[in-house]
Amino acid sequence: MFRLLEDDRGRMESTVTIEIDGYPVIARIGETVASALLREGASWSRTTPVSGARRAPYCMMGVCFDCLMLVEGEGLVRACQTLVRAGLKVQRQTGPRKVGPSC
Amino acid sequence: MKAGQATTAVIGGGLHGLACALALVQRGQDVVLFERSWIGRRASGATAAGVRTLWRDPAEIGLSLEALERWYRMDALVGDDCGFWAGGQIKVAESHAEMEALAARAARTRDLGFHHEELIDTRELRRLAPMISEHCVGGLIARRDGAADPHRTIAAFRRAVEGHGAVIREGISVMALEPEAGGWRVVTDAGNWAVRHVVNAAGAWGGQVCRMVGEVIRFGYKASMVFVTERVQQAFGPVFSTVGRPLSFKQSSQGTLVVGGGIQGWADLEKGSTQVDFRALSRGAAAAQALFPAIRNVQIVRAWTGLEGKTPDLLPVIGPSARAPGVFHTFGFSGHGFELVPLVGEIIADCIMHGRSRYDIGAFDVARLLT
Amino acid sequence: MLKPDLLIVGAGPAGMSAAIVAARAGLKVVVVDEQPTPGGQIWRGVEANAGTSRGRALGSQYCSGLATVRAFRECGAVYWPSTRVWQIEPTLGTYVTGPGGTRVIAPRLVLIATGAQERPAPFRGWTLPGVMTVGAAQILLKNPGSVPSEPVWIAGCGPLALLYAHQLIRMGGAVAGFLDTRPSTPLRESLRLAGRAVLRSSGELAKGMSWYAGLRHRAGRYVPGVVDLQALGTDRLEGVRYRTAAGRLAEIRTSLLLVHEGVLPELHTARSLGCEIQWDAGQAAYRPVLNEWGECSHPDILIAGDAAGIGGAEAAVHRGRLSALRILQRLGKVAAEPGMTEESCRAALARALALRPFLDRVFRPRGEIFAPDDDTIVCRCEELRVRDLRTVLAGSVGPNQLKAFTRAGMGSCQGRQCGLTVAALIAAAEGRQMGEVQPFRVRPPLKPVRLCDLAGLADEGLSS
Repeated sequence: MFRLLEDDRGRMESTVTIEIDGYPVIARIGETVASALLREGASWSRTTPVSGARRAPYCMMGVCFDCLMLVEGEGLVRACQTLVRAGLKVQRQTGPRKVGPSC
Repeated sequence: MKAGQATTAVIGGGLHGLACALALVQRGQDVVLFERSWIGRRASGATAAGVRTLWRDPAEIGLSLEALERWYRMDALVGDDCGFWAGGQIKVAESHAEMEALAARAARTRDLGFHHEELIDTRELRRLAPMISEHCVGGLIARRDGAADPHRTIAAFRRAVEGHGAVIREGISVMALEPEAGGWRVVTDAGNWAVRHVVNAAGAWGGQVCRMVGEVIRFGYKASMVFVTERVQQAFGPVFSTVGRPLSFKQSSQGTLVVGGGIQGWADLEKGSTQVDFRALSRGAAAAQALFPAIRNVQIVRAWTGLEGKTPDLLPVIGPSARAPGVFHTFGFSGHGFELVPLVGEIIADCIMHGRSRYDIGAFDVARLLT
Repeated sequence: MLKPDLLIVGAGPAGMSAAIVAARAGLKVVVVDEQPTPGGQIWRGVEANAGTSRGRALGSQYCSGLATVRAFRECGAVYWPSTRVWQIEPTLGTYVTGPGGTRVIAPRLVLIATGAQERPAPFRGWTLPGVMTVGAAQILLKNPGSVPSEPVWIAGCGPLALLYAHQLIRMGGAVAGFLDTRPSTPLRESLRLAGRAVLRSSGELAKGMSWYAGLRHRAGRYVPGVVDLQALGTDRLEGVRYRTAAGRLAEIRTSLLLVHEGVLPELHTARSLGCEIQWDAGQAAYRPVLNEWGECSHPDILIAGDAAGIGGAEAAVHRGRLSALRILQRLGKVAAEPGMTEESCRAALARALALRPFLDRVFRPRGEIFAPDDDTIVCRCEELRVRDLRTVLAGSVGPNQLKAFTRAGMGSCQGRQCGLTVAALIAAAEGRQMGEVQPFRVRPPLKPVRLCDLAGLADEGLSS
């Protein structure tokens, strides 16, 4: 849905690679997981625990909670408040989150 | 019913007040119920809503088992199952010493002639709770216990009460009770009512209503806290408590985890205000995490503090007033009255209409608390 | 336990400005902010952007934030970024969670400077991926510098929507169309308000007019008088249907729609402490009841910036300073800067607010956003529609129990997206004014907190 501005293309030294649902996603250092997600083809972040409807980041400032994603080691957190870091593993959340030994 | 006149006035719009009103109106009485704020505002709206016969005081076991049967027939009583779900209640032992305490309890309960509590070993505990921490060694279970949805319960009782024609007056405070010929004058901040009987179902304020009719009792209050998490996939069938920590843990039908256990917050009875004490509540979170390490990352989204009456022996006050004929009490459930709701209304109605209940309520006599 | 003189919640214009005055005067100040860098929403990322082409495109008002951020960094206040305040007790015991874990601090006074959020304005389909707020898109513009990949449709009313369109175009993005939901304002009234404002803020006004003019020229299409929106699509946005005041229905194809209907003060923090609020009809928003220093009904809490009522960044700076001056007074200190006086701050605040009545009137949201139709989702978290809430309100359940019986406002956002609409539905159902109904009671925690973060406090208790 979004693209980086021309002036910022090719600045590879300031990027890291994160994983969303197992796929590598290149992100700019200092941006949030939600912001990186919104440049992906499928930019939805979760399906709701109530009806299973898809949601995507909506407010980007931490007040709508529609960008909740499962971040390894942290649980279900607001992707718009989570900074990217190299190797960060993120999953779209489908329905209510699981709890289990690996979560 | 004429405004200002009724057979019975119920003071308090919590579940016990509603249940009394329902039982009375079903038996043909004119009933008016006064609630100072709104229906279910206090303990009834704040409860974790466990339907529990497990680990009851021996004096309460008989009543709680009778009440449990009514939970299985709730639909017939109020036209809704109130979200009751019988996943069992388990008291978990975290050490062998605690397991011995559970065994002793089980033996004592059996000796009293009750067979609803059953000792389970590690294997059965893990079968029922696959995510329970390795260190837990066993438990005591009441398999027919469970939990309900408190708000659905309040809504169902309210609908039933109003459906049968009782009058609910919210936002009205009862200021005084004055004896008059043939009954009582209920003085409220919105006029007086003449009634034959009064039911005191005022919860944390039950002691104040006692004082209105000349009964001064030893009585306190509880400000128990509960917190609720985000929704997670269904993974916990039974309700869990522990021997050695303050914890009650369950998963609601929506998937949220509901954690309580009687940890006390702050309350001001006069102002009716409450406050969550997260420092204290952290012990509940620690206990939940110790039992189920897999939930450590789950987000807590709401916490609150309820206000509930508490007696010195933690048993409720159920039955006629010791000093004021025509006044009946049902309050002071000390944090475990939810399960008893569908039975106690009936008991009070029988006391009012037939002068006695067929259940033994001797242990709950208000006289024991008089100063 | 840390016991500062002053805890400031929020490192935007108001919070930083207050921190600078208070810390320079010798107070022990702690500033907690959810973002990784200071600046709030308005000056988000200004340290990285100022002096770059992106900064220039974002504008001089944006870049002017750098001076405040630098002064804040050097003022001596303890600054905890990426940290959430999730509970303030009436006795001011404050629980925060951040990179340093969970901590409890006990300040003598608290200044709430938590800013604003965009006004939730539900319409059918507003939960679809592809519908976002203008504010969200502006955040992406500031960091990392993302623009919509296709020419974008914007629908809304308010200065931020115009500003964003202006910035986007300057950065090389494109606006496919602008659905202007601003109701037409009676000419005489606008002129009267503008007349007064023009004298004091002609520059501002001219800038705003030029944004409008630029938009009319450079947006692919400009549609005035839009009164109703519907986002179309099943799994994602595919199109938008709109209706104008003249009754014209039209449909466009797009995969991204940015919406904006003004901003609201952040009230959760203040309301969790029982601070009194009131309905501000001019701003169509609830705001805290405050005196001229930003003191509220709680004796030890002050509120500054947009959280005190929408005023914009410049007003926030002066409100922050005024609150700080009051705090110094109460704690027996004086400001270190000679020019930092009550009089100068009040004069500057008045200048900063001169245009506000005009803006409030011209961009007053249309009434329709408070009365969405039956099919519209109100509570995004629990997916409750207007119909669900109206049904309950029509029954014997009163507004106090609406939340308990429907779960509206019980999800993760804790009522931040549905609170205002629910209050409006209650008011409508009972034939009352907004000022006569209260939004949801706020339950702690202010933001969700992980179980392990709360449990960690128990260990701390054991060790101490």
